[in-house]
Amino acid sequence: MQRNPQLNASGELQHLLSIEGLPREILLQILDTAESFAGVTEREVKKVPLLRGKSVFNLFFEASTRTRTTFEIAAKRLSADVINLNIAVSSQSKGESLLDTVANLSAMQADLFVVRHASSGAPYLIARHVKPHEHVINAGDGRHAHPTQGLLDLYTIRHYKQDFSRLTVAIVGDLLHSRVARSLIHGLTTLGVPEVRAIGPQTLLPAGVESLGVRVFHDMRSGLRDCDVVVMLRLQSERMNGALLPSAQEFFKHYGLTAEKLALARPDAIVMHPGPMNRGVEIDSSVADGPHSVILPQVTFGIAVRMAVMSIVAGN
Amino acid sequence: MKKLPDAEALLPGLAAELGARVSPATAMIGLYTGGAWLAERLHALLGLKQPLGLMDIAFYRDDYAKEGLKHDPKRTRIPFEVEGRDLLLVDDVLYTGRTVRAAMNELFDYGRPRSIALVVLADRGGRQLPICAQHCGAQVEVPEGMRLRLKRAADGRLSLELERAA
Amino acid sequence: MDLLIRGGRVIDPASGRDEVGDVFVSEGKISEKKIKAEKTIDAKGLVVAPGLIDLAARLREPGYEYKATLESEMDAAVAGGVTSLACPPDTDPPLDEPGLVDMLRRRAKALSRARVYPVGALTVKLAGERLTEMAELAEAGCVAFSQANAPLADTQVLWRALQYAATFGFAVWLRAEDRWLGRDGVAHDGEVATRLGLPGIPSFAETIALATLLQLVRATGTRLHLCRLSTAVGVDMVRAAKKEGLPVSCDVGIHHVHLSEMDLGYFDAHCRLEPPLRSQRDRDALAAGLADGTIDCAVSDHTPVDEDQKQLPFAEAEPGATGLELLLPLALKWGEERKLPLAAALARVTSEPARILGVPSGRIQPGAPADLVVFDPQLLFRVVPEALRSQGKNSPYLGYELAGRVRATLVAGNVVFEQP
Repeated sequence: MQRNPQLNASGELQHLLSIEGLPREILLQILDTAESFAGVTEREVKKVPLLRGKSVFNLFFEASTRTRTTFEIAAKRLSADVINLNIAVSSQSKGESLLDTVANLSAMQADLFVVRHASSGAPYLIARHVKPHEHVINAGDGRHAHPTQGLLDLYTIRHYKQDFSRLTVAIVGDLLHSRVARSLIHGLTTLGVPEVRAIGPQTLLPAGVESLGVRVFHDMRSGLRDCDVVVMLRLQSERMNGALLPSAQEFFKHYGLTAEKLALARPDAIVMHPGPMNRGVEIDSSVADGPHSVILPQVTFGIAVRMAVMSIVAGN
Repeated sequence: MKKLPDAEALLPGLAAELGARVSPATAMIGLYTGGAWLAERLHALLGLKQPLGLMDIAFYRDDYAKEGLKHDPKRTRIPFEVEGRDLLLVDDVLYTGRTVRAAMNELFDYGRPRSIALVVLADRGGRQLPICAQHCGAQVEVPEGMRLRLKRAADGRLSLELERAA
Repeated sequence: MDLLIRGGRVIDPASGRDEVGDVFVSEGKISEKKIKAEKTIDAKGLVVAPGLIDLAARLREPGYEYKATLESEMDAAVAGGVTSLACPPDTDPPLDEPGLVDMLRRRAKALSRARVYPVGALTVKLAGERLTEMAELAEAGCVAFSQANAPLADTQVLWRALQYAATFGFAVWLRAEDRWLGRDGVAHDGEVATRLGLPGIPSFAETIALATLLQLVRATGTRLHLCRLSTAVGVDMVRAAKKEGLPVSCDVGIHHVHLSEMDLGYFDAHCRLEPPLRSQRDRDALAAGLADGTIDCAVSDHTPVDEDQKQLPFAEAEPGATGLELLLPLALKWGEERKLPLAAALARVTSEPARILGVPSGRIQPGAPADLVVFDPQLLFRVVPEALRSQGKNSPYLGYELAGRVRATLVAGNVVFEQP
């Protein structure tokens, strides 16, 4: 097997492609650094000069205004220059290959590529072909990974629960298509969470999901019992009616988070969601806006986490 | 080689010197890690009214391009208004002046202070920037290839030590 | 030209002969008599064996000349010691008309390197709707009929196709894959696909289709050759079918007896194959099934793919690996790992595929065509693009060292490849 392509020869983070395979120390380094950046984002001047003169290219082969914006804010707060490329509608439609696009941007003196792509593994391909001083951050590839989202979830959990070693975390919904779930599961198991649960119908759980280190529940009520953290996943609308699920209504009835179901978790449980939410499909509004919800703080923490990742990676 | 000065013995003199210039509005900021230890002691000795500020200049360093981001930067906490204030900036050892440059840049992202005075325990010379300390515990000669560092023992006692530069 | 191959270790898997000796070639055939040779090949320290017979090698003509040409791939074949090859019908257009088959055979013949046996399309355009004119195609030279990698979804059509082929006694070569279960999948539906977030193809996509095929063989009596088996359960099913006496034979891609889903590593598109690399347990069952004869032979499943189509995210990359030049070393490696006698290992790529194809080559016996390979079983070579004659440099083994270097290849008594 090849060397982990995310790490350089001295074992430092060269690219962030996946949480899987990252040692605990690096995860903690990112979370700790994010903690310091959280201080910066609370100041009047929310900007540090760390990446002054560096160019960050947001390469979004799959459109996502939301994620792109958080990376853009993070880069700007590090004083980097940000160039947004919505490739979903530009060069790819002209038939330019992925690697040609990257080579072109590289010729424009890029330092950091933030890549989102609909195909699992695309950022690995790019990371294999960039110059040694260039860095790649995966902003979501297919169903594979969304490591900065996973890290901000870890940050949020640590913020509210401090110690990972006694937690029960439930991840609910469409795990099959979820890069967020995969990244979070790897992070939680690496940081020593003793019980990670996957809750969903068989049609939305990937084959052999237990091999990732999770306990599977098809019944949401038993799965939520005594949980400290409940992570709800987004259900894409195109998957609501078809061979995977009969309807959004039936899904909500069995796997939607309501106050009544949440009452089965611990009284101090927190509820997370990577956004954007489908209210009334995977989560009830009263829960999304309720006292257990930390969905908005997640977004705030996301900026600090992305600042931490960018400044660690670009410095190695 | 001359013996290094005793850090603990330098503290009262330094505190006395500072005592003459502080007012109730004066605030103190210690730079991680050694400067923060020193500032904690001086802050207590002086009985300053304003809470102590602590600063990590990791995000303002000028060697990021070469060295990357330092592991585990501490969170900067400045629990008072910087705007218009008289500040005492505290570090353990003054050498090239680059740390102080970074600290002043960071400070100005919090506001425009009325004045900043630099307080150090030891000045080892070798400045690369036009910076000097207003209050200095001792001048120390450091042999080539060595580094002067402040250490804190388990009982809280401070001491200056030489170690090989990395 | 009369020719002598002197002093080599002569291995004839068909008879089990394995001894140092001379092989005489006269008038394109193996000769019993000592003849006065016009040319002598010194085979001291080398193995002399029947040329390899590969039941699946894509030459990419017509239609995909930018990936490979008949010239480049026929060069690759003889450099790999392959003297006969069957090419699947998935060209563009597919081999569904006698004219195309005829042209391919003529072009191949003119190059006078390996023998080419076209496999005709079972249905028009491989679309799985209308039967091809099988009898016409057979007359043009098709040795069997196949759907290549386009599984037939409509079981009614499949049934009729097998009946029709059985009527004329034609063999049908099919890969067992349920079209719907395999849809959108790019990797074995298991641990690795789950980890990498790749859409999966479950093992039962193969075994369900296999059960259907075996049931249709029972109903129709068609001679069925199962292509590219990939699962452990599939091996068991074929073993039982053979025991039952069904007229089935079976092959496996040579990569599949060595590699598993674990080799995908970090999205290595060179390991994107059809069928997908499956679990280590499946891999082990395939390697064992090939040894015990449940699987009759190994094929290269040679698929030259241009660099542009591999330098893509895993799921978008074109499946397939180059194989003509790796079939011999990988078969040797498999034989060594299973501690098989050299003759037994070679049987899987010589005499056994010859039997399935129904051709007289694949043996070193007087009167048999002098299709021979002389190779050094120990000599290591590094698999690098420059070392491959095939236009396809797409191999999971790039960068690896493999043992088994061809020194000379003869087809019908002519030396078509020689490397000192």
